[in-house]
Amino acid sequence: MPSVCFYFQVHQPYRIKKYSFFDIGKDDDYFGDTQEGDLNNEWIMKKVARKCYLPTNKLLLRLIKKYPELRFSFSFSGIALEQMEKYSPETLKSFQDLVKTGNVEVLAETYYHSLSFLYSKEEFYRQVDMSVEKVKEVFSVTPKVFRCTELAYSNEIAKEVEKMGFKAVLGEGVDHILGWRSPNFLYRPQGSDIGLFLKNYKLSDDIAFRFSEKTWKEHPLTAEKFAHWVSKINGSGELLNLFMDYETFGEHQWEESGIFNFLEALPGEIYKHPDNNFVTLSEALEKYEKRGEVDVPYVTSWADLERDLSAWLGNEMQQDALSRLYDIEKDVFKTKCEKTIDNWRKFQTSDQVYYMCTKGMGDGDVHSYFSPYSSPYDAFISFTNALSDFKTRVEELNNKKKIKKVKA
Amino acid sequence: MFGWEFPPHNSGGLGVACFGLTKALSQKNINITFVLPKKLKNIEKSFLRIVDPGCVYDDSYIFNSPLSPYLTQNRYESELFYLPEVYGDSLFSEVMRYASFGAEVAKKEKFDVIHAHDWLSFGAGIKAKIVSGKPLVAHVHATEYDRGGGNGINSLVYKLEKEGMEFADKVIAVSNFTKNIIVEHYGIPAEKIEVVHNGIDFSYEISVEENVHKLKEAGKKLVLFVGRLTLQKGPDYFLRAAKKVCDFCDDVCFVVSGSGDMQEWLIEEVARMGLSDRIFFTGFLRGKELRSVYRDADLFVMPSVSEPFGITPLESLINGTPVLISHQSGVSEVIRHALKVDFWDTDEMANKVLATLHYDPLFSCLSKHGKDEVRGVTWEKAAEKCVKIYNQLS
Repeated sequence: MPSVCFYFQVHQPYRIKKYSFFDIGKDDDYFGDTQEGDLNNEWIMKKVARKCYLPTNKLLLRLIKKYPELRFSFSFSGIALEQMEKYSPETLKSFQDLVKTGNVEVLAETYYHSLSFLYSKEEFYRQVDMSVEKVKEVFSVTPKVFRCTELAYSNEIAKEVEKMGFKAVLGEGVDHILGWRSPNFLYRPQGSDIGLFLKNYKLSDDIAFRFSEKTWKEHPLTAEKFAHWVSKINGSGELLNLFMDYETFGEHQWEESGIFNFLEALPGEIYKHPDNNFVTLSEALEKYEKRGEVDVPYVTSWADLERDLSAWLGNEMQQDALSRLYDIEKDVFKTKCEKTIDNWRKFQTSDQVYYMCTKGMGDGDVHSYFSPYSSPYDAFISFTNALSDFKTRVEELNNKKKIKKVKA
Repeated sequence: MFGWEFPPHNSGGLGVACFGLTKALSQKNINITFVLPKKLKNIEKSFLRIVDPGCVYDDSYIFNSPLSPYLTQNRYESELFYLPEVYGDSLFSEVMRYASFGAEVAKKEKFDVIHAHDWLSFGAGIKAKIVSGKPLVAHVHATEYDRGGGNGINSLVYKLEKEGMEFADKVIAVSNFTKNIIVEHYGIPAEKIEVVHNGIDFSYEISVEENVHKLKEAGKKLVLFVGRLTLQKGPDYFLRAAKKVCDFCDDVCFVVSGSGDMQEWLIEEVARMGLSDRIFFTGFLRGKELRSVYRDADLFVMPSVSEPFGITPLESLINGTPVLISHQSGVSEVIRHALKVDFWDTDEMANKVLATLHYDPLFSCLSKHGKDEVRGVTWEKAAEKCVKIYNQLS
């Protein structure tokens, strides 16, 4: 004890290209930017593969060979896997190799990395099913644990997850939810009987956000120092949940920051303390008792200081974008057109509204760092223009059907 | 402090800037003697003392010069044609007259720091420094590179600007944009230049009974341009974008407020495009009328080709009207809650105009956040930075 439980999120959205008002009615290739830059999905996938996925996978594989008891958990959005298939098959292959070692668990989520549970339960179920099927197809394993987009979590989400047959769910270890309790135990959601893993945001964010922050008093962060903090949990916790974006390695924290050296040295340092070990989420579930019930009546997430959904739904533009999108759900399915339904779902990806976030100074910098648009207003304009075009096409498709029916 | 215009006798942003800055400085207990090259009536001078050639020490200095900051040499010469011979025969000898007046003032007045605004008053500032030995601050609101709008520069103006900045103990630039121009084109060391962004005078916010705008009442959406009608301000790009928008939807009208050397050409151009019923020219507006127009507008556009700062977008935001500004402006360094374009990209300008007029949440986010943000852009902040600079020097 404690058991270190790494979970990495792998996700890439289909970014909407710069879509002008004048393109409405003329262009339905919303996600097909071809210029070299941050809106070109193929270009980004190849860049992130080169900087992060390929080198980090190689490193993890080497570490697993060296330490056969090493464990990691991953969650992949369906659209990230899809884009790997299309743009970087060698990346997909290297993830498959990792999973084949048996040391890596794969989780389920929503295929399109959406916030659909807030707007349409049916759509939420469908996207979770799609995610499970995709994981089976790509990795030949069946996910047992669920994590919701942006680590969104509430009692209600836990109930849905239990209904769908998962054994555990992930959430953020929000201070005001936990109170005096520590995130370093396994818990039970209020009203459900599955496992609840809460992120230790302090130690997770030391790696994910603060690693290369020169003004941080712990800079530079060495594997030795971090392993020391981990060992300090002995006696006051059983489980250390280190949840972060996989892109932390090489993409958010650049290679020059020493992040790869840190990761390479970390298992050895952690193993120096004989009580420490590594577990996947399912192993932790077997190994540990649920140490109490946690009540989360409203939705929390892993974003910003608020740890709520305000980064995605905090302003009128974001609320308008999503409600207009889900308003047309019925019409979209009425078309029975696969491509149309797929496009509608790509609009649902949480990143699309994240780019429209106008929140203030403290977090604002993080938001602009992660946005390919020059401002939240530009993001909204491209989204809404493209959605206007999409809506018109949905109407046209449905009208044609009506006419056909009348003729028949 | 040496200036050259002051509200209500301003033909552009410089007078407004001098008014806002001096008012805020006076609240920080800085005593200001504001020197002007000519006698101006109806100036609000409760917070400073005005010195001009009409009110001073020696009768021989009573003269009224036709100086106005945006005169070009050509126009000056044509205006001069009608004036008696006592005036200098060029804009530059006029600047020299103002400079010797500056020396005269410096001999008589007591002060600690000299603060001169833009090239017309730099000569006066230099003379005042030579006479008094006091430190000189050269405040740059615009450079010859901006005024030229990319069409070449007047080398004499350039020389006066450069001399003023070199002779000064400190240079204040209204933006990093302008600072970069000064470093690059005038060879002034970066460490000698401080950036002091402009602010907004909240009297622009005071609610005045609005004239009910006929177009607005008729249900039209209004897009507004406010500025001098000259190359630097990009009114021609505004027209091109307006044309694209008008081709696309019927319920939009464009209002051009301001006057300047391009006015006739612009009006003719609108007629040629067949848009006389969609694009309207109001002439130069100020005060209550201007506020009313700001409030009626659904979007304010500042398509400047080269804008050292640009106070008008702040005035628009304080009135709750969202703004679309060019990247080529100092104010875009200060305001994040604004739409931004390159001045030449009229397709994108039209796209953003149409989006703002069609999507209510976009309008309301820009308006709400923009108004909040502009409240933090104050002359008080600018005055604080100036006081810091004065203290370093004296």
